[in-house]
Amino acid sequence: MTAFVRILGYTKPSFSIKTLFRKIYTTAKLNHGEYEWQDPKSPDEVVNITFVTKDGEKVPVKGKVGDNVLYLAHRYKIPMEGACEASLACTTCHVYVKSDHELTPAEEKEEDLLDMAPFLKENSRLGCQIILTKELEGLELELPQATRNFYVDGHTPAPH
Amino acid sequence: MANRLETAQIDIIERLPVPFGLVRFGVAPDHANLKRCVNTFSKTAQLKNVRFMGNITLGKDVTLKQLKEAYHVVLLTYGVDDSRKLDLKGSNLKNIFQAKDFVGWYNGVPWNKDLPVDLSDTTASIFGHGNVAIDIARLLLSPIDKLKSTDITEHSLATFAQSRIKQVHLIGRRGPLQVSFTTKELRELLNLPNCCPIWRPEDMQNVPEIVPKLVKPRKRLTELMVDKFQNRQTPKLDDKQLAMIFHRSPKEFTGSEKVESIKLQINRLEGDDLLDKKAVPTQQDETIATSLVVASIGYKSVQADGDIPFNSQLGVVENQYGKVGKGLYTAGWVAKGASGVLLHTMEHAFGVASVILKDLELEGLGQEKPGFDFVRKVLDERNVQVVTWEDWLKIDEFERNEGKKLNKPREKVVDIEQMLKIAAT
Repeated sequence: MTAFVRILGYTKPSFSIKTLFRKIYTTAKLNHGEYEWQDPKSPDEVVNITFVTKDGEKVPVKGKVGDNVLYLAHRYKIPMEGACEASLACTTCHVYVKSDHELTPAEEKEEDLLDMAPFLKENSRLGCQIILTKELEGLELELPQATRNFYVDGHTPAPH
Repeated sequence: MANRLETAQIDIIERLPVPFGLVRFGVAPDHANLKRCVNTFSKTAQLKNVRFMGNITLGKDVTLKQLKEAYHVVLLTYGVDDSRKLDLKGSNLKNIFQAKDFVGWYNGVPWNKDLPVDLSDTTASIFGHGNVAIDIARLLLSPIDKLKSTDITEHSLATFAQSRIKQVHLIGRRGPLQVSFTTKELRELLNLPNCCPIWRPEDMQNVPEIVPKLVKPRKRLTELMVDKFQNRQTPKLDDKQLAMIFHRSPKEFTGSEKVESIKLQINRLEGDDLLDKKAVPTQQDETIATSLVVASIGYKSVQADGDIPFNSQLGVVENQYGKVGKGLYTAGWVAKGASGVLLHTMEHAFGVASVILKDLELEGLGQEKPGFDFVRKVLDERNVQVVTWEDWLKIDEFERNEGKKLNKPREKVVDIEQMLKIAAT
């Protein structure tokens, strides 16, 4: 299934049958983020996106067509968890889509999982369900705030 | 914390010889994907400044006082180990269980392995409208082939394979708008093959009209119930049945030896907050037949050591944003009560970690502490066999090999003595 989604992501037919086969091979065989560790092979593949961290810092990341946003985040040390390893069983890779890009609509199961997210918004998605395509160039994804900032909200440090 | 404080030595002290707590013993066997989070936990446990030390019981093998002497920071994350109980006439009849014990039985908690579960009759009643209640209902209603290839314990699988349970009542004290389970879990239960959900129209009265006023996630959850209710079907002859029952609390169990029936008190709802109305008993009741009862009405924690400031009413360690006292912190269900999914517990843990880090930054460390060397001395005096991460890997390999023979991902060792024996090889 993953392989299919990734291939469907190509709308500009700039690949040969050979690349197509490589894609099937890589995605079927390596689905634990290994694909995301490969650098783009040509500028055609590059998809630039931006992560906005909890502190509001913007981190530009050079991804490529077919990358899973969760594993791409892991590669660039963006603190996105992904406890269930993109198997659609948890909600720990919750992100907000800040830019106007049109993503493939969430399937029912993703919506069900998003229902467990604190601060669920209309633009909430699971990072592991976003696969980069050329159309997603400039995509901006914001990490949700923690349920609360313990330190700022509630905890007063004891004096020395 | 291990990443932020590279010079700190972090020791994870666990009561059992095996790690992962709720993920191993709580998450349902057919939710294998969620269990993948153990890979992340394992990576953390293998960081160079992190150690796992199993088979050490706080309050028995080592005291909190000793731990505080050994470490600059002690973090209590021992979860919940007790449940709210039904204390009613007849609740000592056979085949009435706490959800905690029932889950422990099929998930391999060592002290629950011999729970005398009897599935030889046709009806079961589960009290509670949370995700644990749904897990239990799903396992009772799932085709046995769906369970066979999971890491469910072999002794419970044998009982499930012989099960004659045909109808499960899922009973909650309040209405469809006040349930605690989540959409994903409910959908999975309502979509089980060869299982027909049964609704009582009086429970769903006015509910469809309220849906437009709700917001996500309550809206989607309620929509799902309304949709399944409006498109309900008559059960086919071979179907199992899931009876969704609202506004009922158990009042009395009857039976000669084993439970045979329950008297249910009929509740009405009171209060202005639509989603948090209170169940108030009426004078009416109804009686239903049942051959098994599982009460899933909430977990609470215990005071593992007399020196832990503990709120026994709520069943949590007293704390403010995770801080208990100087150098003492708490996180997870033992700190905030037993509710919420993995994400919520994770966020809480990250929050408490940030409090600890900030305190360390502001308060400094003070005098040097001996760490596990001190604990080791205490344990040696008591002849406690410490199970390290490498030891656990032996148990892990043993379980995987046993599982392979049965076409399961693993067959859990359910006996502590056996775990310790494998660890010592």
